[in-house]
Amino acid sequence: MKIAVLSGKGGTGKTLVSVNLAAVAKESIYIDCDVEEPNGHLYFKPEDIESEEISIKIPFVDETLCHGCRKCTDFCRFNALAYINKLIVFDEVCHSCGGCVLICPEKALAEKEKIIGEVQSGVSEKVTVITGILNTGEASGIPIIKKLLSHLAENKGLSFIDCPPGSACIVMESIKDADYCIFVAEPTLFGVHNLNMVYELVTLFDKPHGVVLNKCLEGENPAEKFCLEKGIKILGKIPFDNELGTLNSNALIAVREEIKYRDMFSSLLQMVTEEVQA
Amino acid sequence: MKIAMPVDDKSMETTVCQSFGRTPYFLIYDTESKESVFLDNSAAASQGGAGIKAAQTIVDNKVSALLTPRCGENAAEVMKATHIQMYKTINDSIKDNIEALNAGNLSLLDEIHAGFHNHGEK
Repeated sequence: MKIAVLSGKGGTGKTLVSVNLAAVAKESIYIDCDVEEPNGHLYFKPEDIESEEISIKIPFVDETLCHGCRKCTDFCRFNALAYINKLIVFDEVCHSCGGCVLICPEKALAEKEKIIGEVQSGVSEKVTVITGILNTGEASGIPIIKKLLSHLAENKGLSFIDCPPGSACIVMESIKDADYCIFVAEPTLFGVHNLNMVYELVTLFDKPHGVVLNKCLEGENPAEKFCLEKGIKILGKIPFDNELGTLNSNALIAVREEIKYRDMFSSLLQMVTEEVQA
Repeated sequence: MKIAMPVDDKSMETTVCQSFGRTPYFLIYDTESKESVFLDNSAAASQGGAGIKAAQTIVDNKVSALLTPRCGENAAEVMKATHIQMYKTINDSIKDNIEALNAGNLSLLDEIHAGFHNHGEK
C-alpha cells in the first residue's frame, strides 16, 4: 500500500505527517521525494546507510565527425543545443531524451554520464528510510524520484511517500504509483488556495484522497470549509500544539516520544488504512 | 553594418522588447542601406532554452551587433562563440538606439542575468 503525502506549499506538515505515520506503523518504508531539501532523515537518523549515485545522460560531440547539418539542434525541443561554427551543448538545459544521438546522421554524438545526486537508504527501528538528494544547481529531480520509487516496485507492505511541495512534474512523478494521497492543509485562505492546487492535480490523476487538517485552532477553519464544500474526506485534525511543535522542531518523532501522539497518529493510520481498503 | 534588436511589433515605430529570448520579433536593420526586415522569433513559445534558440537566430542572420536591454547567461554563452558585439539599449525607441549606435554612444552590454527559467518569464 503506497501512500503519498502532499501539499501545495512547503511548511504545512507533510514531513510531520509522513514521518509519524511511518513510525507508528509496525513496519514500513519512508521515502523522501522532496529531493531539493529532504529532511525526513533528520527525524529518523537512519543507520547502516547505503548510498547510490544517480546520473543522467548528456550528449557530447566528436567535432571531427560533426558536419554542422544541425539536425540535432532542430530536433531538440528544449533548445539545449546551438551550432556556432561548432556544436555547443547546454548540459543544464538538456532533458536527457537521447533524441539528438539517435538523429545524428554522422554518428557524431554520444552520451556521457553526469551525476546529479544520490539515493541513501538506511534503517530506523522498523522503518526503512530512503532519501533522495538532488545536487544543488541541477534542473530536475525526476531521475532521482524514479530511482526512489523503484524501491517500492516489489514491496507489498506499507510505504509513505513524502512529496515535494507544489503540483509540478516532480510531484506528479512522486504520486504516479500511489494507491492513496493524503493532503496536509493549513487553516488559512492561503492554505485553501494551496490545497486546491493539489486537489485538482490528484483529481486529474484519479487517485483516492483525503485531508489532514494541520495547525487547527479554535474558530473557523477555511480549509475544513473547503473540504466540506468539495466533499473531500477529512481524515484527521492535528491541533496547533506547542508541545508537538517543539518536539518536531527538535527533530524528534512525536509518536516515539509521547503516548498521546502515538494514539493520535495510530488513529489517523487506522483511518487511512480503512479508506485505502474501501 | 547589419544589426539586430528585439522588438514588440513589426514596425519601426514600435518599442524595443524588454526580453531577448522571448521577444515576439527581431528587427534586422542595415545601417548603410537603412533596410529593415522583421523576423518572427520562433523561440518565443519555447518551453525552455528560448535564449539559446533566439541567439542562434541572431547568429544565423549574420549581424555584426545586437542591441538589447538584457541578455541571459545561456544566450550570452552562444554570443560569446561569435564576433557579434552586444550593446545595451538606452530607451525603448528603435530610432533613438540606431542613432546612438551610429554616433558611437551605446555602451557594451556587460551585465548578464542568470535567466528567469520559469520564474517570471512565461
